[in-house]
Amino acid sequence: MDEAGCGGCQVISAEQRSSKHWELTGEGCEIAEQGSHEARVFSSIPDEGMPQGQLMKLAFGKVGFSKAMSNKWIRLDKGHEGGPRVFRTVENIEDSVRDKLLVVQKGQSSQLEEKEKSELKKRKLLSEVTVKSYWITKGSLFSTTITKQETELTPEMIASGSWKEKKFKPYNFEAMGVAPDCGHLHPLMKVRTQFRQIFLEMGFTEMPTNNFIESSFWNFDSLFQPQQHPARDQHDTFFLSDPAQAHEFPLDYLERVRKVHSEGGFGSQGYKYDWKIEEAQKNILRTHTTAVSARMLYKLAQKEKFTPVKYFSIDRVFRNETLDATHLAEFHQIEGVVADYGLTLGDLMGILHQFFTKLGITKLRFKPAYNPYTEPSMEVFSYHEGLKKWVEVGNSGVFRPEMLLPMGLPEGVTVIAWGLSLERPTMIKYGINNIRELVGHKVNLQMVYDSPVCRLDA
Amino acid sequence: MPTVSVKRDLLFHALGRTYSDEEFDELCFEFGLELDEITSEKDIISREQGDTKAEGASDVILYKIDVPANRYDLLCLEGLVRGLQVFKEKMEAPRYRRVSPTSGEPQRLVITEETAAVRPHAVAAVLRNITFTQERYDSFIELQEKLHQNVCRKRTLVAIGTHDLDTISGPFTYTAKPPDDIRFTPLNQAQEYTATELMNLYKTDSHLRHYLHIIEDKPVYPVIYDSNGIVLSMPPIINGDHSKISLNTKNVFIECTATDLTKAKIVLDMMVTMFCEYCEEPFTSNGNAIKLPEETLMDESTERIAQLLTKMCLRSEVMSDGEQIEVEIPPTRSDVIHACDIMEDAAMAYGFNNIIRTTPRTYTVANQLPLNKLTELLRQDLAAAGFTEALTFALCSQEDIADKLLKNISDTRACHIANPKTAEFQVARTTLLPGLLKTLAANRKMPLPLRLFEISDVVLKDETKDVGAKNNRRLCAVYYNKSPGFEVIHGLMDRVMQLLEVKPGRDEGYHIQAAQDSSFFPGRCAEIFAHGKSIGRLGVLHPDVISRFELTMPCSALDIDIEPFL
Repeated sequence: MDEAGCGGCQVISAEQRSSKHWELTGEGCEIAEQGSHEARVFSSIPDEGMPQGQLMKLAFGKVGFSKAMSNKWIRLDKGHEGGPRVFRTVENIEDSVRDKLLVVQKGQSSQLEEKEKSELKKRKLLSEVTVKSYWITKGSLFSTTITKQETELTPEMIASGSWKEKKFKPYNFEAMGVAPDCGHLHPLMKVRTQFRQIFLEMGFTEMPTNNFIESSFWNFDSLFQPQQHPARDQHDTFFLSDPAQAHEFPLDYLERVRKVHSEGGFGSQGYKYDWKIEEAQKNILRTHTTAVSARMLYKLAQKEKFTPVKYFSIDRVFRNETLDATHLAEFHQIEGVVADYGLTLGDLMGILHQFFTKLGITKLRFKPAYNPYTEPSMEVFSYHEGLKKWVEVGNSGVFRPEMLLPMGLPEGVTVIAWGLSLERPTMIKYGINNIRELVGHKVNLQMVYDSPVCRLDA
Repeated sequence: MPTVSVKRDLLFHALGRTYSDEEFDELCFEFGLELDEITSEKDIISREQGDTKAEGASDVILYKIDVPANRYDLLCLEGLVRGLQVFKEKMEAPRYRRVSPTSGEPQRLVITEETAAVRPHAVAAVLRNITFTQERYDSFIELQEKLHQNVCRKRTLVAIGTHDLDTISGPFTYTAKPPDDIRFTPLNQAQEYTATELMNLYKTDSHLRHYLHIIEDKPVYPVIYDSNGIVLSMPPIINGDHSKISLNTKNVFIECTATDLTKAKIVLDMMVTMFCEYCEEPFTSNGNAIKLPEETLMDESTERIAQLLTKMCLRSEVMSDGEQIEVEIPPTRSDVIHACDIMEDAAMAYGFNNIIRTTPRTYTVANQLPLNKLTELLRQDLAAAGFTEALTFALCSQEDIADKLLKNISDTRACHIANPKTAEFQVARTTLLPGLLKTLAANRKMPLPLRLFEISDVVLKDETKDVGAKNNRRLCAVYYNKSPGFEVIHGLMDRVMQLLEVKPGRDEGYHIQAAQDSSFFPGRCAEIFAHGKSIGRLGVLHPDVISRFELTMPCSALDIDIEPFL
């Protein structure tokens, strides 16, 4: 409303009022003085008429001519010898336009009808003017002496004690403060930090996943995924043209892998197809971090004595699939692995419960599923209070013997594992619908600036 | 996951009871299926082509069910019903037997050596005294299509042909001939064509043209004849019209030609076992037995386990020693190749959610990966220094890491993708800078200055690694404002060194010296040395780089390798 004070303690108070009235435009004034264009046309035509061309040359000719014609004050004889000629049709005229303008000029515009006024406004002869005015009245603190209000305490005031005599301008508690000029962490990375923390709290060791490029051997074959499997298609996997092939493998292990795929062994019938090393050598962008888990388990198996382990990783994987609002070609996979003697499905469920409890999820259900490298496999579902239904939160399973035994792991050792994506819980947590606003260069920076701390169990 | 579409009412009729949608959903959950969608033909057409085209289409309710990718025996109504009925113990697990014909010899399919060049394997079977209805017939055709799309890998591995046995006579010959020598009337045509002519004819057929490539360029094409020279089929393209099946067909001859013999047998087994229930003597075929030792994942008696397995169509009996179980694997269960497959079925029959959860007693102490630990620490302090973290794509276009940075692609040690769908996936990034610059460009409307950073991996070719490439963890920051802010970026670099406990100074500490780099403004670029080694660069970006990334303000950047600091 005003700036001369603030709510309650005012020196003056001001009220804004506005009013409208009609005024003549510049052209309107000219007409009020000299008459309308059409009237002037009329009066300039002598009894014998006037050539049209000559009339048109007059300043008021063009507009006046057409108006006078429509008023039927003049007529045009097109076929007249010497060219088209304009004649008067009546003796006298009434310049109503000028009359109306004079009325308005006298301040009596209310005498005219609205229709008449808007017509004149259309001809740009009248304009409606709004006048804004302020009505000032004395406020509760009115005084004719000027007291200046201080805004802030200064060092001088503190030193001299002069603050005791000063009046301070009231602070506007309704406004926001000044945003600190700080940096921000990316929401997806904040969630990653939390998941990393959860794994560390549960005693899991971080796997080295800093290798986006992987051979088909470690990504597929060592996991007992057959070479004809659709996931190894051009459609789902990114193949490398340079470097196109991996050139180093543990050869005796590779031979055992070849055998279990093509002939069976280790208690299995195998897939019974021709296993080709050329397929295994093909380099790809890894489709899952399980490839790293395979490398780690192989390394573990090479040790003299087996020791139980718990491993985890959270890193980028690549899929050559169709993209949409929730799918990109690259995303982050979270994976946990436990290897020990005699682990059971009950143990897998137990560890999943512990893991998900740290995310604030306590109600879980398990559904039979299929993965080429785990058997049994279980999809993990949790109850979403908001949607009132069970939603999938992860995938899990027990690695197949055909994967573990060729590595050289002892027979009684079971390896359980589970995984989920990082993006999905992040999008749910931060209420983001389009993954491109979260990941990649099209990120909404304001969203990054504004995103809250990540508390997964809140 | 493959999807099977079944008419709901037919399904319930075969199951012997109706279910509410929720009840059926629950049943699917237990069995490992997913009720993906409840729809009708009308709904489907309406969604794809609009309501007017959908007029007159059937609104019979369809269930679209997702089945596990390795369960070829659940790809049709018959298989689903059988699996569910046995699971619910409403029906005994079928035993499939092979029977001989009542009169005469079994049929023979002779394979000649010419096929070795193009499609070496074939198997065949006969379904006798079968009765088709329209529904069964549709299901029969649909299963072939499903198998073709899935396990047959779009007919490249296996192709199925089904024929009315009473219109042809054995023994049958599977051979391969030059395309001009093959001549027959194909399915749904009125005249004869040579194989060469057919290849041309089907080039415009929306369904068949996708399979032509499988044999097109071969010198000989596969073909099956009966004893009278009638062509049964030219796999994997098309069957002959002569032997086509109708609702009146009583005896079916099924042939599967293949490049993978194991798969051919699996496919043939599926066709036969699924539809033998419509023959006069249902369930006639045979399978193999596996002995399962008692190292199961549940604490149950051997008898109970045998009972559970039988619920999964794996007929089991406790052996005389009381410890081992003999499990009969039917031909429908080609997914069972190890004892662990049987154990999963036992667990499913028991109900996963009935298993008591326990805590593994594995004691381990966690360790962080040093590189990741360092990254986490630096991230926090970079944000504290006023920079905002970005997360950019690891894949980008060649331009992004070369031309736009005024560099040559051949100097970048980049790894190239063979099958990119668009230019955005041509290479793996060799530097974090393009990602950050693109982030700036996409956020132009944000208030200046913009200060971004990212600590993440780039990919570089490396012959010393087993795959020929490795990741490199780098720290990259940009400052974008009306003035370039070299001193800001320089200050940030000093701060990072301070955090890494590297003091200023040559040899033992860090120092910078002027450098030439085409991506940077001349005279405003420096190379950074720590402990005597180059670790990266900083400077004001070249105006051409700025324009090529569609930016308008000056920009300075820092790019260093943090691995030497581990």
